[in-house]
Amino acid sequence: MPRLSVWTVRLALLYLLAGFTIGALLLVSKGTGWNPGLWRWLGAHQEFLLAGWMGQFAMAVGYWAFPRYRGNHRGNPTLAVLSFVLLNGGIGLVFAATFWGLPLLAWGRGLEAAAALAYAFYAWPRIKPTGA
Amino acid sequence: MPTIVRWYVKAALLYLAIGLGMNLGAARWAVQPVAWHLFATGWLTQLIFGIALWMLPSFTRERPRRSDRLNWAVFITLNAGLLLRALAEPLTGLPGRPWWLTLAALLQWLAALGFVINVWGRVRGPRRPLRGGR
Repeated sequence: MPRLSVWTVRLALLYLLAGFTIGALLLVSKGTGWNPGLWRWLGAHQEFLLAGWMGQFAMAVGYWAFPRYRGNHRGNPTLAVLSFVLLNGGIGLVFAATFWGLPLLAWGRGLEAAAALAYAFYAWPRIKPTGA
Repeated sequence: MPTIVRWYVKAALLYLAIGLGMNLGAARWAVQPVAWHLFATGWLTQLIFGIALWMLPSFTRERPRRSDRLNWAVFITLNAGLLLRALAEPLTGLPGRPWWLTLAALLQWLAALGFVINVWGRVRGPRRPLRGGR
């Protein structure tokens, strides 16, 4: 597994744990009425699990497993690295918006969209028959 | 495909059908969070768990999926927690039900923790040799 996938799969696992932890606390709050202020973390719960865990895990495994180019290499990794940096920056800003409001949310979503675009540009040529 | 992986993937397929079915059919407000979680946790997350157990680099030659006992525990706690939530959440206003949700939360959290513990050591680069192997 390439180093970039190792780091990003591990990040995805941390997001999984963080997302499930927040989700568990929200569920306890829903059942018992304990600490209703926790519900401001709902957006972080969704963001960590959808973008940080599922999205990032899929991107990381794609980088690892998509067919490689001749010479057994994965191409120029700059765009792939950039996509993960943008994704995690975006998640960070969306999380920060939990506390500091809407402008950060818009910037965070923008970075996430840029991450998706960068990853698509990187991965598109690797979606090809093996060995081609 | 190992037995544990087949259980994960087949359970995930069942949740796909149930989650989407609930979203299409009885889409009452009270069951929408349940339908969404059956889809996102039961289908998507469980499918990722199963495929990750199958595809990630082996932990060792003797124990490619690290601890299968822990893998089964994760499978059972994840599904027990999810099903308990599905039963209890629409009934949150009734006496006694809050503890069902707390137990459901604990079970699902333990599942995520167990999965991360079991898989973390398998996420590694190509140069690190297999432990107990070559």
